[in-house]
Amino acid sequence: MTDTAPRELPLQELGEVVIRFAGDSGDGMQLTGDQFTSISAALGNDLATLPEFPAEIRAPQGTLAGVSAFQVRISDFAITTPGDAPTVLVAMNPAALKAQLHNVVQGGSIIINSDAFNERNLEKAGYESNPLEDGTLDGYRSYPVAMSQITRDAVAVHGVKPRDAERSKNFFALGLISWMYTRPVEPTIEFINTKFRGRDQVIQANEAAFQAGYNFGETAELFESHYEIKPAPLPSGEYTNVTGNTALAWGCVAAGHLARLPIFLGSYPITPASDILHDLSALKHFGVRTFQAEDEIAAAASAVGAAFGGALSFTTTSGPGIALKGEALGLAVSLELPMVVIDIQRGGPSTGLPTKPEQADLMMAMYGRHSESPMPIVAPRSPADCFDAAIEACRIALRYRTPVMLLSDGYLATSSEPWLLPDVDTLPDIGVDFHTGFNGTNEDGEGIFLPYLRDPETLARPWAIPGTPDLMHRIGGIEKEDETGNISYDPDNHQKMVNLRAAKIDAVDVPDAEIAGDADASFCMLGWGSTWGAMDAAVARLQLAGHKVAHVHLRHLNPLPKNLGEVLGQFERVICPEMNDGQLVNLVRAKYLLDVKAVNKMNGVPFTTAEIEAAALDAIEAP
Amino acid sequence: MTDTPMRTEPADWATDQEVRWCPGCGDYSILTAMRMLMPELEVDREKTVFISGIGCAARFPYYMNTYGMHGIHGRAPAIATGLAMARPDLDIWVIGGDGDMMSIGGNHLIHALRRNVNINVLLFNNMIYGLTKGQFSPTSEVGKITKSSPMGSLDAPFNPVSVALGAEASFVARTHDMDRQHMMEMFRRAHAHKGAAIVEVFQNCNVFNDGAFEEITKKANRDANLISLEHGDPIRFGVDSEFGVVVEGGVAKVVSVADVGESALLVHDEGKADPSTAFMLSRLARGPFEPTPIGVFRAIHRIEYATSSTSQLAMANDEKGSGDLEALLRSRGTWQV
Ligand SMILES: Cc1ncc(C[n+]2csc(CCOP(=O)(O)OP(=O)(O)O)c2C)c(N)n1
Ligand code: SF4
Ligand SMILES: [Mg+2]
Repeated sequence: MTDTAPRELPLQELGEVVIRFAGDSGDGMQLTGDQFTSISAALGNDLATLPEFPAEIRAPQGTLAGVSAFQVRISDFAITTPGDAPTVLVAMNPAALKAQLHNVVQGGSIIINSDAFNERNLEKAGYESNPLEDGTLDGYRSYPVAMSQITRDAVAVHGVKPRDAERSKNFFALGLISWMYTRPVEPTIEFINTKFRGRDQVIQANEAAFQAGYNFGETAELFESHYEIKPAPLPSGEYTNVTGNTALAWGCVAAGHLARLPIFLGSYPITPASDILHDLSALKHFGVRTFQAEDEIAAAASAVGAAFGGALSFTTTSGPGIALKGEALGLAVSLELPMVVIDIQRGGPSTGLPTKPEQADLMMAMYGRHSESPMPIVAPRSPADCFDAAIEACRIALRYRTPVMLLSDGYLATSSEPWLLPDVDTLPDIGVDFHTGFNGTNEDGEGIFLPYLRDPETLARPWAIPGTPDLMHRIGGIEKEDETGNISYDPDNHQKMVNLRAAKIDAVDVPDAEIAGDADASFCMLGWGSTWGAMDAAVARLQLAGHKVAHVHLRHLNPLPKNLGEVLGQFERVICPEMNDGQLVNLVRAKYLLDVKAVNKMNGVPFTTAEIEAAALDAIEAP
Repeated sequence: MTDTPMRTEPADWATDQEVRWCPGCGDYSILTAMRMLMPELEVDREKTVFISGIGCAARFPYYMNTYGMHGIHGRAPAIATGLAMARPDLDIWVIGGDGDMMSIGGNHLIHALRRNVNINVLLFNNMIYGLTKGQFSPTSEVGKITKSSPMGSLDAPFNPVSVALGAEASFVARTHDMDRQHMMEMFRRAHAHKGAAIVEVFQNCNVFNDGAFEEITKKANRDANLISLEHGDPIRFGVDSEFGVVVEGGVAKVVSVADVGESALLVHDEGKADPSTAFMLSRLARGPFEPTPIGVFRAIHRIEYATSSTSQLAMANDEKGSGDLEALLRSRGTWQV
């Protein structure tokens, strides 16, 4: 290391940067990325993140399978995606470089821990020659830095053993990147002190490594300049950075608060849904009861039981879990009890790609139960939007006494964005009253309770919970007589009940579809769920290039907005990008007989803006 | 609060629904025992819930004038767990057959038992699938000839009491449909127990497995073949109480009292923390054709699940204060724009 005084490097202003930190899963890349995100958020940048975890917990060290990455995009303008491709890659070892290099934009910067490029690691990563020397990095700006060595030297004074010392090298990388993008030092020092409280040597080592990284940027004559990214003109207010899963968990808690009901969650761990179980399990002081069941069947069944008892009930899972819950959901449809089923979709079938997103459970949500058992479906479109979507799902469940499916995915689950915190007082009141009195009379004129006598407006049945005097009643999965709820095998009654259950869900009060972009365009993109960010960004780019583009993004997939057929019908061409093989397309074609074109992607990686833009251009320019 | 329950009669616990079991089915006598017991328990109908799975047995809730849910096959213990957690104030009974609880729902049953959820499980064991018209069940004997096992079933059966004890259930009992008083006593004990209680009820399916328990439950055979377990008493049975039970070499055995002397007999202790002796007793009979224990095998105190869950909620409340939504949304740090 040099001991020269800080150099005066030119400070260049940038509109945005997309950085991907990549290393071995033990290298602390998620922590590094998270902390860089926090500092940038505090500086007022807009941002979006995309973590990428290996499917195995401890894949062999140094191998491609063990690479863990965290992408963050920061900007001085409003953004909706974590960026198509990184412009900066931090690669802590050869495997990280090998796994990630192809993602980086041509001419991008590669910051490398050159100490890790020894023969053993190169071999583990499958490199036959050293990419630092063999021309692999031609066309990129590469910055090899002896991160391990400098970190060891920097922390040695604190008496840390060399082997432990290297653990701090992620903080060296963070220090270096913090310098490159002129991030302040203090928040990270503060973070280190809180995060590792009580472990003084670790604090000292990480602080020293971080400072060393920062100083290295300033003093080593390696970099041509450093950069500044000004705050983005975001609406003013108080912000936090949330992942989709956390926003969902908070949305569930908020819904309980807004409905004045205790919360029950029955769940069985599964990636990428487990974090909701974790988050809610830590919120017992909100009256949240979580039940880690023996399987997904029990998880769903327990939620039905809790709903019968008057709780706001949830069950969370991913696709394979929904498959197991199917029968219990049929029961919930038949019992007409409120509950919310959260599906964090992942690549399948079977175990598939457990840490990667897909949107391929839409048909299962729609039709994946025995017989005619319609359920409303709600989908969030961004990490922060998961909060509102959870409240909306609960609102529908409570108002219509029905299970509701909320379809998020692995992309929304783990990525994050700044969220302008809502004023809690302005959130909707979604409370409903339990039924407490008779609602009918028998032949003798005595009051009786009819558990399936419906509210004429919503077709919802009364929710009378155990403990309510006089309203003792039995419900079950056998077909029920309209109004009385008594067992009935009468053919006409069954037809009537099937129709009623369908009519109730069809009439759920879903807001009209709105057109974003150019309402007078002849071309429209239809989407749902997490494709929103990339589609929104693509619309902006297409407009800049002089095209007229409309964008309709669905929050409600069942029932669909009442005006959707009319809205889509006004465009000459409609495409629908989905991370599945055309499921919404099928629904929309079947329902409206419209020739909506599918744009499909199922490789476990969310659509990039460029891909959507290209698909849109294809459609616009097609003869 | 002095909310004394309203005085009731057995008829108050009946619904207006026509009972649809086959004439002569053992389920009728279980229903009668339950309706007769209810007034004695001095509980409110509106605070009582019957949850069931699917099967003949599982129709039970429709016939009790309480809250009730006829659920899905095998899942009643899981449904009841959710209800018991959400509503620890309720009295919850779970009803199901041997197929419901030992086959499709075996997993839920053992987990509800090990968690010690405050429910009273009544397992109507008729050693057959009744509702689906007579296939062998997980409690049917090996070699059972049914429509799905024309050459005899290959499956070794479960003994529900052994399974329950293996899951370390805190209350395990057995009774049979031919003895109303004994049923009522076992149900009463199950109800009084805080935590998961399971009572196996030998139940005659007179259509598909008639007489399955006759050798032990018929009046004339009872003295010889039913071993009534009484807490604190040496275990004896027989027409002249001439037989007893001893534990020898880690197994329970039937002996002649004259041979071993009264003092050598096993004194029944339902409160033993270790379930091993109770388990040995559950292995005494290989099937309902030889001396079989009935009564309470095990009744120990273990903290009940919803109580623990409630105290965690209270602890969290003490530590963190009652949940504040505004604070929650700010709990991961915020910044101002
Ligand atoms: C998921 C599912 N699988 C199968 C069935 C068919 N089924 C209904 S009851 C039953 C077995 C009933 O036997 P048991 O539980 O012993 O009750 P019993 O009728 O003998 O009282 C079966 C297989 C069902 N209802 N649901
Ligand atoms: S089939 Fe058997 S168990 Fe079912 S109602 Fe008839 S007699 Fe009872
Ligand atoms: Mg049976």
